[in-house]
Amino acid sequence: MKITKEIVRKTAHLARLEFGSEDEDQIMNDLQKMVDWVDKLSEVDTERVEPLTTMSSEINAFRDDKPKPHLPRKDALKNAPKHNSEYFTVPKVID
Amino acid sequence: MSTEAYSEYQLVVGLEIHIQLSTESKLFTAESTAYGQPPNTNVSVITLAHPGIMPKLNKKAVEYAIRMGLACGCDISRYCIFDRKNYFYPDSPKGFQTTQDRTPICIGGVVPVNLKDGEEVNVKLNRIHLEEDAGKSIHDEHSDESFIDLNRAGVPLIELVTEPTIHSADEAMAFMTEIRRMVRYLEICDGNMEQGSLRCDANISVRKKSDTELGKKVEVKNMNSIRNVGRAIKHEFKRQINLVEEGKPIITETRLYDANTGTTFSMRTKEELNDYRYFPEPDLSPFEVTEDWLNEIRLSMPATPRQLRSRFVEEYGLSVYDTEVLTSEKEVAAFFEEVCEKTTHYKQVANWVMGPIKSILNEQEGDEITIPIAPEQLSELVEAVENKKINSSLAGKQVFPYLVNNTNKTVSDAISELKIDISGQDDISDIILEVLGAFPEKVKAYQNGKKNLMGMFMGEVMKKTEGAANPQKANELLRDALDKKEKEE
Amino acid sequence: MKNFQSLSEIRSEIADGKLSVSLLVKHYLKQIEDMNGRLNAFLSVYADEALRQSHSIDRKIKNGTAGKLAGMVVGIKDVFAYKDHRLQCASNILQGFQSQYTATSIQRLINEDAIIIGHQNCDEFAMGSSNENSAFGPAKNPINEEHVPGGSSGGSAVAVASDMCQVSIGSDTGGSVRQPAAFCGTIGLKPTYSRISRHGLAAYASSFDTVGILGKTVEDIALVLEVMSGADEYDSTVSQQPVPRFTEALKNNKYKVAYLSETLEHPSLNYEIKDQLNDVLEDLKSDGHQVAEAHISMLDYLLPTYYVLTAAEASSNLSRYDGVRYGVRNEGGNLESMYKKTRSKNLGVEVKRRIMTGTFVLSASYYDAYYTKAQRVRRMIRDETISILEQYDFIISPTTPTTAFKIGEMKEDPMQMYLEDLYTVQANVTGIPAISIPIGFDNQGLPIGVQLMSKSFNEADLLDISKQIITFKDQKR
Repeated sequence: MKITKEIVRKTAHLARLEFGSEDEDQIMNDLQKMVDWVDKLSEVDTERVEPLTTMSSEINAFRDDKPKPHLPRKDALKNAPKHNSEYFTVPKVID
Repeated sequence: MSTEAYSEYQLVVGLEIHIQLSTESKLFTAESTAYGQPPNTNVSVITLAHPGIMPKLNKKAVEYAIRMGLACGCDISRYCIFDRKNYFYPDSPKGFQTTQDRTPICIGGVVPVNLKDGEEVNVKLNRIHLEEDAGKSIHDEHSDESFIDLNRAGVPLIELVTEPTIHSADEAMAFMTEIRRMVRYLEICDGNMEQGSLRCDANISVRKKSDTELGKKVEVKNMNSIRNVGRAIKHEFKRQINLVEEGKPIITETRLYDANTGTTFSMRTKEELNDYRYFPEPDLSPFEVTEDWLNEIRLSMPATPRQLRSRFVEEYGLSVYDTEVLTSEKEVAAFFEEVCEKTTHYKQVANWVMGPIKSILNEQEGDEITIPIAPEQLSELVEAVENKKINSSLAGKQVFPYLVNNTNKTVSDAISELKIDISGQDDISDIILEVLGAFPEKVKAYQNGKKNLMGMFMGEVMKKTEGAANPQKANELLRDALDKKEKEE
Repeated sequence: MKNFQSLSEIRSEIADGKLSVSLLVKHYLKQIEDMNGRLNAFLSVYADEALRQSHSIDRKIKNGTAGKLAGMVVGIKDVFAYKDHRLQCASNILQGFQSQYTATSIQRLINEDAIIIGHQNCDEFAMGSSNENSAFGPAKNPINEEHVPGGSSGGSAVAVASDMCQVSIGSDTGGSVRQPAAFCGTIGLKPTYSRISRHGLAAYASSFDTVGILGKTVEDIALVLEVMSGADEYDSTVSQQPVPRFTEALKNNKYKVAYLSETLEHPSLNYEIKDQLNDVLEDLKSDGHQVAEAHISMLDYLLPTYYVLTAAEASSNLSRYDGVRYGVRNEGGNLESMYKKTRSKNLGVEVKRRIMTGTFVLSASYYDAYYTKAQRVRRMIRDETISILEQYDFIISPTTPTTAFKIGEMKEDPMQMYLEDLYTVQANVTGIPAISIPIGFDNQGLPIGVQLMSKSFNEADLLDISKQIITFKDQKR
């Protein structure tokens, strides 16, 4: 599997990361090494093996439908880098 | 373009309906789901996705989803996990939506729908799955900022996805109407499209009737009423055919419906870059739907409109038309059933409900349905008419309006307060004697065989009683009195 | 003041009137003051609060109402939520963040009168094996400050090894408690996956993350495990199984112990570690335990499986650090560039590397080849491990292939660093419990650890055998 610049850029966009040109070469290199390394898994015959999707043996761990006290709004907004008295605020989403 | 050109094309629509479940708390956390609260007050560290928080599944939301699945004849999955759908948006606090990708709780299913012309069509479902709602982004309050309100983030939804087997706007509208009715009957959602507790997206494509391949589909969002669903589909149908006829390509994209213009417009998003990277949610344990649990849900589940209709036909001997009208609204059907527990004159109850009561309901504004009369009042009224205590014209013109204005009063109260009880045998006997006394010639003619004078006597009696007499009873008494007179002579 | 080996020693001195909790807290605060500047183990120290609490616990001890952990002074890794205290995961992206709730595991310690003395240094978001990936600089190995303490719970191991607290609470996703324990010469336990609630543990890789304990004695670790374990209303994955009295588990039973020849023959294993492990095997035999050779065919697939799956989960778990609801934000004109600038400028190199890897293996075109493949291999590894543990009570191995390496030594080659987790990831890939115990030193005087793994939910026997190995090591000394 060859990691191309295009793959790096697409992946970075999905992860909402950006890399300067030097860093981009570095991460491309790292990803390539990583992928080569994990390609070892292709040696394993897994044809009749189901993917393991859960590690907990618990099942039906439900919650009853009962509301609990909320966080006061000023506390909810307290940690935000930007907010007004009611809302979190972000740069305008243009659609 | 000629209308004939349109007739060469087939419309193909699949609907995705988001149904907000009316649980008290959110899907994975204990915050209230109440609508219309001040922004960012229905939140906790869990809704805000603070580091270290864990989701825990609301059992009732699962039960509500299963109710809908059972009502739609779906297969209920016995082992379910949740998946993460990864994407960045400010109203998605975790950076992913917890949903069901691989193991939807309900698979398949069919919803029969009655069209206007009486035809019944089956709309096939692909799946129903559980997921959490996103928060709200508000774009029009500030020139260069969007405001984020996370009250709605985490509210439970089921997404119902149909197969692309809907072929007309009417069919889509009838289906939406039926779904809205069902969720209200099942008490899993208030069905309010304006507040967004019921939302519909449509995947629309067209193809020449001779084609077997589906055309490129366009997703249309933002239709906040059933009527708009119909309008959007009709518009999109024409728009796409026009493109095909002009030899222009149809672009697979998401378009928004504009209710003001009745048209759709492109959202212009970087669609091709989306890759949601679904994978099993490792922070939630799986759940299993046992036979016992399923039975419990089945038994505790309110009836669906369809079940009610067949019950109304079987138990009450009503016509299919009557049952359709009676079950169009959950509240109406429930009222009808309640009255029928108190009287066995089902058809008469149905007539009252479909006639005077429905016309009052039609005048009511908004989504709230308030039945104007108490069930006891109506059952009494029906009984009074059937026992010939009052006649139906009096019941309709005077007693019913009185009861509507005085929902705490009884039929007897109405009779005494309105001073209209004249159907008693003695009262009307006097009137009959009075009438017969006034027309001795005619009495003779009747006795000599001119039996059709009966009508004239009846008219006089009704005139004297101001229409309050029970005609059947009056007729009987009149005949008795005439016979008696004959014997006397 | 002298250093204390165990809580029972502390409690007996308190009972004798020679010590009080407030004196003890002052002692640790002095230790921190003296050494933290060099060792960089603590990121925040809650001195006033700890002293205040110590007075009230002293009163409770006098009144006979004190909890099980009265006299236990605990440090917690910077990945645990503790209400109204910092929580930064050693990352710039969470600068200034104050948690608004307390992790279940930490709350249970507090409920039993433990004192939380501070938050400890670690690799950013627990990703690393050397503590060099911290936004606050590396913690230093107290045995030799030119060497790393291991990671990711580096500060936690340093703090215990240098008597800045009695026990530390760390997290272990691929060896992050056991490896630094081995490097610093302390005991480190990774309990069974789901034994302790993860509510309040900032997630790295959810299907691997385990709350872990670092301490000086098996008894202390048993007690803390007992207090923290069990069902929790917030975590649907936590085990509902009853929690044994781990403190009563040290029964001196005889066991069947397997070593995996593939692990001992691995080319990356340092010969001194191998020799000392062999000594332990001899000791076990002479002590009446059965020791046998067993085999694992999946050894070479452990690390690739681990890295594919943990990177995938991490890429999703770390999406919430987006500069919207908390943490820092770098403006960039529009929303998309705000996201990218915030995340790129404030997440460290290793974290970004794993997010990129995880995003890649989850993306539609590569999902089946990497992610689903690794899930299938994970099942095979688990099945093989379970079948070995059906025949033997424990699998014994080195904790690490090397002793503590020098700071900066592995910086250039992340893949070499990943090899450090060779022996530890098996327990996380399979969910079983594992412990690292110190068994000696290499020729540079750096500590060597041995690891034991057992069946799921069998921490009791794991603690028992650990206690026995430590006892005969002590007797030999």
